[in-house]
Amino acid sequence: MRVGIDVGGTNTDAVLMDGARVVAFNKAPTTRDVTSGIVAALRGLPLAAHPPRAVMLGTTHLTNAIVERKGLARTAVIRIGAPATAAIPPLADFPDDLRAALGGQWFLIEGGHEFDGREINPLDTARLREIAARLRDDDFQAVALCAVFAPLTRAHEERAREIVQNVAPEMYVSVSHQIGRLGLLERENATILNASLSPVARRIVSGLRDALKGIGLNDALYFSQNDGTLMATELAEQYPILTVASGPTNSMRGAAFLSGVKNAVVVDIGGTTTDVGVLQNGFPREAGAAVSVGGVRTNFRMPDVYSFGLGGGSVVRISDRAFTIGPDSVGYLLTERARVFGGDVLTASDVAVAARFAVAQMGDPARVAHLAANAREIARAMQAQVERAIDRMKTRAENVPVILVGGGSCLIEGELAGASEVIRPPHAQVANAIGAAIAQASGEVDRVYDLSAMSRGAAVEDALGFARERAIRAGALPTTIEVVEVEEVPLTYLPSNAVRIRVKVAGEIN
Amino acid sequence: MDVNWKITADDLESIAIGAGILGTGGGGNPYLGKLRMREHLRAGRTATVIAPADVRDAARVVSVFNMGAPTVGYERLPQGEEELRALRALEAHLGKPIDAIIPGEIGGSNSVVPLVVSAQTGMPVIDADGMGRAFPELQMDVFAINGIAPTPLALANHKGKTEILREERDPRAVERMARQWAVENGARASVAGFVMSGAEMKRWAIPHMLTLAKRVGDAVLSARHNHADAADAILAVTGGRRLFAGKIVDVERRTAAGFARGEARMASADGARCRIAFQNENLIAWQDAANGQRALLAVVPDLICVIDAETGEPVTTELLRYGLRVLVLGLPAPAQLRTPRALEFVGPRAFGYAVEYQSL
Repeated sequence: MRVGIDVGGTNTDAVLMDGARVVAFNKAPTTRDVTSGIVAALRGLPLAAHPPRAVMLGTTHLTNAIVERKGLARTAVIRIGAPATAAIPPLADFPDDLRAALGGQWFLIEGGHEFDGREINPLDTARLREIAARLRDDDFQAVALCAVFAPLTRAHEERAREIVQNVAPEMYVSVSHQIGRLGLLERENATILNASLSPVARRIVSGLRDALKGIGLNDALYFSQNDGTLMATELAEQYPILTVASGPTNSMRGAAFLSGVKNAVVVDIGGTTTDVGVLQNGFPREAGAAVSVGGVRTNFRMPDVYSFGLGGGSVVRISDRAFTIGPDSVGYLLTERARVFGGDVLTASDVAVAARFAVAQMGDPARVAHLAANAREIARAMQAQVERAIDRMKTRAENVPVILVGGGSCLIEGELAGASEVIRPPHAQVANAIGAAIAQASGEVDRVYDLSAMSRGAAVEDALGFARERAIRAGALPTTIEVVEVEEVPLTYLPSNAVRIRVKVAGEIN
Repeated sequence: MDVNWKITADDLESIAIGAGILGTGGGGNPYLGKLRMREHLRAGRTATVIAPADVRDAARVVSVFNMGAPTVGYERLPQGEEELRALRALEAHLGKPIDAIIPGEIGGSNSVVPLVVSAQTGMPVIDADGMGRAFPELQMDVFAINGIAPTPLALANHKGKTEILREERDPRAVERMARQWAVENGARASVAGFVMSGAEMKRWAIPHMLTLAKRVGDAVLSARHNHADAADAILAVTGGRRLFAGKIVDVERRTAAGFARGEARMASADGARCRIAFQNENLIAWQDAANGQRALLAVVPDLICVIDAETGEPVTTELLRYGLRVLVLGLPAPAQLRTPRALEFVGPRAFGYAVEYQSL
């Protein structure tokens, strides 16, 4: 038995699963403190009769702390790489208000590595001790450590963390090789955000632990990461930034699980927006370009999702010759404000009912019967929006399976252009929570190999070995570990055979 | 230009965008260079840009640029004085001061580098460049093409190491030596070389390229602000034409000797098809007809720029992927790159294509 929870902007969904079977699910309004909404959602599940072995939680709540600049720790940055990197100081491209909220303090010390593993300079441990003492005395709560080429060689970051923790045992320390991939500035930014989130993350985690204990669930709690795999609670407390984009990932993973299809386009139509993503081997395809969080450029693992303003609550306006759909929405007030529910706002859901979609069984169809002719035209326009998004996201020209999930999936009926089949799995309205419930533990590695010294196969095997080790540490059962992704990127403009290899593996939770 | 142009934060923003587009798919992202220069502006230092015509004939002019793997540059950010040290090492070798610097390459990340050096030294940057776009190798520069010796050429890395290459007149050999030095010294090298007189610079350089980059960037920003068409705005500044509008339907890549080679195929809504061959930069665009015939749309050295149809942002060759809606623009190469001699260095045959150059 497992419980999956998705804390969305509007609703908190909880689902109780026995293996692959959905035993029960429940929805409750999301609350500001997160915890009471979760407790309310859990109370609707028959947990006494079916005590769960693990609780898996997906929440995007931490993003709000960054966006609103609230509850963030005073965070100093120590970059390890001098003399290199001095040209662009830490925090250089942060919005001014966020830099001020963090305290604006940074240091650049000697150390770091080259791409081939040689030291740029030995780590300046004396200076590091000095800085740590000063930050401790100045009441900084958190430190972000970022060393050049740390994703390839972590030694200096690990040593630096040890030193800072010895000098300032209360200090929360975040290291970049645990957070992001190559690309110093973006990885450093993510590490800074991560460190600054530590108080909020601690509060949520301890609140949840207490709350779960209060309803008799003392069991293992896991958090969904941006890439669709799980972290143990202790890790979520340390790496909260890795959870900020778990929502779309969970809905895609849930769609894969419910449909049994591992390669497909997933269309998640919610109340206000539609998210379209791509499943590759059962995992979301990740975004290639930089992702901004609260105005800060980062490069961590985020699913490549195309979002647009179409949802079940989208407001539809009809004039003499034309009509518009969204982007505004009645959101969670759908059941009060939509026409079919006796309200006065024409919504996308009303259109689906008026068009007599078999999948749109809600409210009172008589209230929108007079719109039938318009409705089919508007429904075609909604379908065209979805088809355009599918075409944009898919990776090859042939038709691909499309999995429709989300509370607003009733807006689409029948076939879709570009789709080899349209799959509407049961329980599609709680795909997010299901995605959290079925998630696996993963390990990832990003390294540069010199292929003049070894074969490509040997390099990939080496990287996979490290990734497997990491997955096992994250809680994966060794016998269930599978390769999710292997990516090779050659280093251009160099006459060498250096190639950067990135691999990801995942396995069932032990 | 009579008055010296002092680079402002807005100029920098525009130049970075324009340089990205003039990078024709390669040249590295100007983002980090922009941040570097912004730090100088914040500290009250700026670059001074002068028109080529304002440079004395007897002035000593040097080309400044970086070479090596952009991937390494994104991780091991510069120390900040690499180019300056290359310049100083070259001055020391010459035993004479340098009067002005000229950007080696306006396309991509090398566009902003000379501005940083100007902010550091007060030395003016000439509003001109050696490539008029981005190219992968040093001998593809108008100075090399027209017989200006690349040597003495100074190399510097992030740890303060410098080296002077001398007495090698063949630019291809210098290119190999410099790149090998980069590999051995941290995968990036800052370069100062092609010592020339003001008169030689005026004869060979491609003029007003910083101004052009800024105007292209201004056009994109203003189109974005007014929700106008970015492609029209760019073309109004550069000349040239839209070659294709459509969706990328296939990208095929392979690598050899440091080049990310490949081909991107596109299809338009009305069924027309286009193909672009790239080697770090976009090199040839063809239109494919239904009967299997293909027609050349544009070929190097003319600039083939792929931009995102929605944002007007340049799409670099690493970012090409299925589904992206793009516009392909063909911008005419500067006349200096289209002479029979220049085409030997930067025409399609120099990149291994058995195709004759046809101007846009």
